[in-house]
Amino acid sequence: MTQLLELRGLGVRYKGVAAPALEGVDLDLATGERLAIIGESGSGKSTLARAVAGLLPQTATLQGTIAWPGLDRPASNGRDIGFVFQDPASSLDPVMSVGDQVAEVAHANLDLDWRAARRLAVELLDRVKLPEPAALARAYPHQLSGGQKQRVAIAAAIVARPRLLIADEATSALDTIVQAEIVALIRRLVAEDGMALLFVSHDIALAANLADRIAVFRHGRMVEIATTAELISRPKTDYSRALLAAHLGLDAHAEAST
Amino acid sequence: MSALLEVDGLSKRYRRGGKDFAALDGVSFEIAPGETLALVGPSGSGKSTVARILLRLVVPDAGSIRFNGEELLGLRGGALRARRAKLQMVFQDPLAAFNPRATVAGLIDDPLRIHGIVERAARPRAITALLKRVGLATELAGRRVHEISGGQRQRVAIARALATRPALIVLDEAVSALDVLVRADILSLLAELQRDEGVAYLFISHDLGAVRAIAHRIAIMDGGRIVEQGDAATVIAAPTSATGKALVAATPALPVFPGLPAFKETVS
Repeated sequence: MTQLLELRGLGVRYKGVAAPALEGVDLDLATGERLAIIGESGSGKSTLARAVAGLLPQTATLQGTIAWPGLDRPASNGRDIGFVFQDPASSLDPVMSVGDQVAEVAHANLDLDWRAARRLAVELLDRVKLPEPAALARAYPHQLSGGQKQRVAIAAAIVARPRLLIADEATSALDTIVQAEIVALIRRLVAEDGMALLFVSHDIALAANLADRIAVFRHGRMVEIATTAELISRPKTDYSRALLAAHLGLDAHAEAST
Repeated sequence: MSALLEVDGLSKRYRRGGKDFAALDGVSFEIAPGETLALVGPSGSGKSTVARILLRLVVPDAGSIRFNGEELLGLRGGALRARRAKLQMVFQDPLAAFNPRATVAGLIDDPLRIHGIVERAARPRAITALLKRVGLATELAGRRVHEISGGQRQRVAIARALATRPALIVLDEAVSALDVLVRADILSLLAELQRDEGVAYLFISHDLGAVRAIAHRIAIMDGGRIVEQGDAATVIAAPTSATGKALVAATPALPVFPGLPAFKETVS
């Protein structure tokens, strides 16, 4: 398996904040690998995702290296990396049709004219299972439900066939049923396109059902990384064990409700 | 056991985009003293409309709400305020619900003062007791809400709700925005308070996992109706409605790997 991404000694500090947001992270991601980044608020998981995608604020200072061994140029957002944010309502442009928002990414990254880009956008809206994609392409974000908006954001993220899809709490703002649909969609798209996936989440069970490996973050440091099976069955750190114990599933809680 | 809260035939229609739309359509349920009923459903199912009507923020088109055998709808002024002391509410985001300049002590003092729960001279002691009751250090009393963590804020919200010695607390997505470890702690605190003080909860959530940890009974809502209602373990093990089945199927479970031990879940 070839290496897609190599992080070495990655650290991030935000201006005016004493403690580093991220510190000393060494992490490899293989081509087509699905890696989950798990942690609570302030763990640095979103900072890691943004650092990889070059989306940190300009005032943030970066330490260490982010290398893309297979690329002979810096990775670019849109072409090499697709990024899906938590809140599709604020990641989509409210005054641009959803079709054009997908087409714009294709036009900018794939050397397509607008006509071809718009055609491709409709294909993508169909791929993410939006109903009547040709008509829906002309709709504006406010006309769509939260789940539909997130499907549009995913279509825009993958239209340029990136090697890496980053989903940063991409299902956290959705209700349980829509969340399961979006996770199923991400799983299918990643498999079909051979994309690597960085799935950032606070929900260890959700991550475990999607990822090959899980990295657990706390206070800006990676405390444990292992295959999903190892981490779930034989967690090595107390913190991973605590996160697993705090998971609220539908089994084994009989004593709690009496 | 006679019901503490009896909600009967609650209906509410809104006009949206020129069309009539039923937010609630004949919703009925009961809560016994000391019991937790969970209202669960997808976004837009009507569960938060129920909470708003209970708070009297929204007036229903039809239906009745009897609390301790007495009709709440139509009550006004002092009569409503007196009943409302026994019916409290905790929201998802306590920072948004609080005056940001208020101190922790001031926030807990509000209900004690407004409802005349304890004499002025005894209030500092009552505040200290409530802080301890929800597991907060008494040194936090002088802090402002933006100086404490999200979990601490939710404990303050619970202390504030407890101050009037309510019979029922409506918890509207009250643990949904919390970190997982904090959420587990708050659920344990809620269970402990119920055990010690016999308070009943209406636990409104989209998260069946959290519901499983705290509810005795579950009512599943969809499209403004209760589509299924029953004992929590039964509804989760064998849901009968399409929405109940979809919610159970969509709730993430930790995978079990052949040949490896399953992680043993423990709830403190």
